[in-house]
Amino acid sequence: MTDLSAAAPSSSPHHRGGASLIAPDARTQARNAAERRFRRFGLSAVLLGLVALVVLLASVLGNGVSAFRQTYVILPVTLEASVLDKAGNRNPDEMKKVTTLGYGKLMQEALIAALAERGIDTGDLKPKEIMALLSKEAPADLRDAVLADPSLIGQSIAFPAFATSRVDGYFKGRVTMDSAARDANISPAQLQLADAMRAAGLIETRLNPGFLTRPDASELRPEAAGLGVAILGSAYMMLVVLVLSLPIGVAASIYLEELAPKNRWTDLIEINIANLAAVPSIVFGILALALFINIAGLPQSAPIVGGLVLTLMTLPTIIIATRASLKAVPPSIRDAALGVGASRMQTIFHHVLPLAMPGILTGTILGLARALGESAPLLLIGMVAFVRDFPAAPPAGFFDPASALPVQVYSWTQRADPAFAERASGAIIVLLVFLLSMNALAILLRRRFERRW
Amino acid sequence: MNAGLLLLLLAGLGALGFLAGRARALSLVRGDARGLHSLPGYYGQTVALFAVVPAFLLLLGWLLLQPVLVERSITAMILPADIASGSSRELVMADVRRIAEGMERLVATGALNEGELAALVPQPDLLKDRLSAAGVALAAPIQPHIAEAATAWRAEMALGQGLMALSVLAVAVTGFLWSLWRVAPGFRARNVVERFIRWMLIAASSIAILTTIGIIFSLVFESWHFFQLYPARDFFLSLTWSPKFGGGSDLGIWPLLWGTLYVSFIALLVAVPVGLMAAIYLSEYATPALRAVAKPAIEVLAGIPSIVYGLFALMTVGPFLRDWFARPMGLGDSSSSVMTAGVVMGIMLIPYVSSLSDDIINAVPQSLRDGSYGLGATQSETIRQVVFPAALPGIVGAILMAASRAIGETMIVVLGAGAAARLDLNPFEAMTTVTVKIVSQLTGDTEFASPETLVAFALGLTLFVFTLGLNILALGIVRKYREQYE
Amino acid sequence: MNDMRLTERAVTQTAKITARGVQVHYGTNHALKDVDVDILDKTVTAFIGPSGCGKSTFLRCLNRMNDTVASARVTGKIEMDGQDIYDPRVDPVQLRAKVGMVFQKPNPFPKSIYDNVAYGPKIHGLARGKAELDQIVETSLKKAALWNEVKDRLSAPGTGLSGGQQQRLCIARAVATSPEVLLMDEPCSALDPIATAQVEELIDELRAQFSVVIVTHSMQQAARVSQRTAFFHLGHLVEYGETGHIFTNPTDPRTEAYITGRIG
Repeated sequence: MTDLSAAAPSSSPHHRGGASLIAPDARTQARNAAERRFRRFGLSAVLLGLVALVVLLASVLGNGVSAFRQTYVILPVTLEASVLDKAGNRNPDEMKKVTTLGYGKLMQEALIAALAERGIDTGDLKPKEIMALLSKEAPADLRDAVLADPSLIGQSIAFPAFATSRVDGYFKGRVTMDSAARDANISPAQLQLADAMRAAGLIETRLNPGFLTRPDASELRPEAAGLGVAILGSAYMMLVVLVLSLPIGVAASIYLEELAPKNRWTDLIEINIANLAAVPSIVFGILALALFINIAGLPQSAPIVGGLVLTLMTLPTIIIATRASLKAVPPSIRDAALGVGASRMQTIFHHVLPLAMPGILTGTILGLARALGESAPLLLIGMVAFVRDFPAAPPAGFFDPASALPVQVYSWTQRADPAFAERASGAIIVLLVFLLSMNALAILLRRRFERRW
Repeated sequence: MNAGLLLLLLAGLGALGFLAGRARALSLVRGDARGLHSLPGYYGQTVALFAVVPAFLLLLGWLLLQPVLVERSITAMILPADIASGSSRELVMADVRRIAEGMERLVATGALNEGELAALVPQPDLLKDRLSAAGVALAAPIQPHIAEAATAWRAEMALGQGLMALSVLAVAVTGFLWSLWRVAPGFRARNVVERFIRWMLIAASSIAILTTIGIIFSLVFESWHFFQLYPARDFFLSLTWSPKFGGGSDLGIWPLLWGTLYVSFIALLVAVPVGLMAAIYLSEYATPALRAVAKPAIEVLAGIPSIVYGLFALMTVGPFLRDWFARPMGLGDSSSSVMTAGVVMGIMLIPYVSSLSDDIINAVPQSLRDGSYGLGATQSETIRQVVFPAALPGIVGAILMAASRAIGETMIVVLGAGAAARLDLNPFEAMTTVTVKIVSQLTGDTEFASPETLVAFALGLTLFVFTLGLNILALGIVRKYREQYE
Repeated sequence: MNDMRLTERAVTQTAKITARGVQVHYGTNHALKDVDVDILDKTVTAFIGPSGCGKSTFLRCLNRMNDTVASARVTGKIEMDGQDIYDPRVDPVQLRAKVGMVFQKPNPFPKSIYDNVAYGPKIHGLARGKAELDQIVETSLKKAALWNEVKDRLSAPGTGLSGGQQQRLCIARAVATSPEVLLMDEPCSALDPIATAQVEELIDELRAQFSVVIVTHSMQQAARVSQRTAFFHLGHLVEYGETGHIFTNPTDPRTEAYITGRIG
């Protein structure tokens, strides 16, 4: 039956006469090959996009997960009252007279004693070089612990002190014997000692909650740097953004969607909103610098300024989302309310707005998520500054210097010590976890309040 | 009395006003709310609104204006003799402000009382010591005249604060009493409240306009300052960019513009084919299962903050391109390069291009596809010869929008492109962009009033004009395209 | 007039397309139930019936346009010149080159008039050169009775023509690939009466070369242009026969009810 039609005469001069439908001619084969090529090309574009996503996430996770674990020297130390509390009355104010230098000396002695006790050969390392295995931040940490709990004095405790970032890097594979030989901050002998201490249980790597709670630390102490101030700063800014942009955005949307007459002025506002959504974020930073800091005299690096500029950036997003969800409320509901004699405002505030609320909240959360990841405008208002002090409680804290998560990432990438690169990736993980949970919340809200009409 | 306390007072007055207005309305009709024109709550709301809102606006305006006015009056006090050579009026004013703030801190911490402070003013050296003890370090010795200016500054600020508190409270109480007096059974409270709210809604929607005005004002104002200090001709025509601390900088925009356009070009080279083909495949070919996975996954790329892409460029893509391409090909030795930033920015733009193209491809009516299939065209022939040409204007619009985003992107280029301003064709060479220089000029330690800092505003203005133009063009094209199929 | 048709009818006898037991499902919706039809060569066959009766669905089976709808499932046997067009080895692309289609709404591509007509010959490689392509375009436009109106503006966009002209352009576009069968899905429903008359006249002329199948909801139109008529109702082929016979002496009560306007 394949060739039944082959005999049929062709009906027109141009026809590719009488070809069987089943056996494709050469041209059709070529066309089908082109079709397959095109399809493969498209598929590879999709795969390329997916691969980019996977590589991006894998690279961030691969570099950053280790930031959540830290190498500690578990130092058995006896907190001698004769050294730390000469007055003997456990009064923290008087105990403050003992500086970190005093604690450092105590720790150095304890470390050497512990090594001797376990019979670890220190070779010809000087005590100072042995002490260099510990973070420069360690004495201050011990001092803070003692001042917070004076009853520790007189006791023998096993204090988990940060190991220096080089030792930490050695156990994480970032530092090798070869690189140590070329490094002024660490020597292979010190690393061998660290190996021995690890074997003896004096060094261990464990989870570091301080990465989330501690403030930033200086260039020389990457092991002590944490995200505490940045997370708090970001939280303050998000609070400002939420408090300002939600009411303003909803108010503007109500006016534009429900009340505004169609005239030049509303057209102008609409065009403005569309364009503001596309203005580069750095331009908003310039606006904030010129307007909020130079003219209004607000302090630099303050969450209030960051919050204000992020509000201006988030407003278009919220307005667009709110208007969409107001539009989705069927006109029949407005008619019903107006029909029983409600005023326009009552209709809007009693009926339309509550129905549109889930959509508005979803849009707001997504807008906040974008604002949380924004960094360029914050660089310009001085949030890159090195801030070690936690801002006070709101509202005064809004005016204190603080950092922000994405900006903290940026400032860590600008530091020379490679340990900061690991922490920058770790901070990205924290940022992404926040974004992910905000997006999940938005999706959940959308699912939960799927339209009811 | 500070602003925070005033705000609290206003809030209290508002709550009181609500209760008072409601109670008065009800008592006028002996508790029978049916005798009122509006619900009793509306009478309360009128009183609260008239008590709080005008006073609050006054407070806001005062807080914004007072520093400007005080600054102007104090600037007038500074004599030409006070301005040392190499310095400027702005620098002197900055000193005045810092001295005044230091004085404030001394008094606030109780280190000095007002009388002691006044006694210190004629003794600049002593004052300087006390100030540095309070954490205000000054480079040069204090001139007596400057110390007087600082004292005057403090006095005017304090006077302003007092006046502000007084007038804000006066306005609030007047509003409170006036609207309470207006409460009567026939008073149309609901209409008044609704008109009030309507104006507040209008004000909220005008913020978009104010923001634009603010952007344009700040960019144009400071750029104008810049062009007073640095010839516009050199800025727009010079081919070198080399800012120097001691003045005599070359601030030509071309190397930066070149870097920006080069990076954006590479980004579009990556994003447009990949994004477009992905959109076509997902909307025309993909099985529902693949679409359900791939579409959200690609959109995840759009939700990732640009700082993450920047870090990706810095730590992964940069070293990779250097070790596998630039070095073996002998094209350079730098991990930050136009290529690094371009490729990563391209990845960032893929979802942007693909979701815009997806919308546009779906807007092409099915009847055109049917017409083509009915003639025996294959799917790819239909896409390439019917759908694509029909969607072309929309796709061009989408590409322009993507280009505008590429030009304005900051973090990726800050971390991935480098800081060296040069005009070069080698994509593996580090180059810099307009946005990178805005960041570096405004986060550096140079004096604000110097051309090296102010140039950032001129750069920002250029950037704003560029992206705005692209966006308006793109929006226009897309809108026209949509109309074609409606 | 019916008598005239009866004499004409005698010359066309060979079946071009035979359909046996055709069923179509859209998802769970059973849109077409067990349809048997022989479509004759060089004849105009009209499918009539109330909307949703399955006439368009059946039409779209004949060139496998239903393949482009993901949820559609076609069973049964449709043969063209004795070849099963649903054989898995059949390339629908080749099939559609032989079975052209004109749609309800004129759908010219957003290209020039010339490119609209040349599109099919180009993708199927029917012309060996520019001159031959020009020739095909000209004959096709002439066959569609559009040549005189557009010959001076072949490079103008096809979307700029009037509704009737657009539909004739679409017919020219379908004719240009030299199909053996021409399917028309309510080709006049979007046109005004004058344009409709032009297209109907054209259909009558096309019968000389093609077998034409036209779906219409207008009984008058079916009576005017077709030699054979099939009446569909609720997915069933109720009655199929000579047009004159169907309109004057239907055998099925449902056909009679439809023709007299009681259902529809």
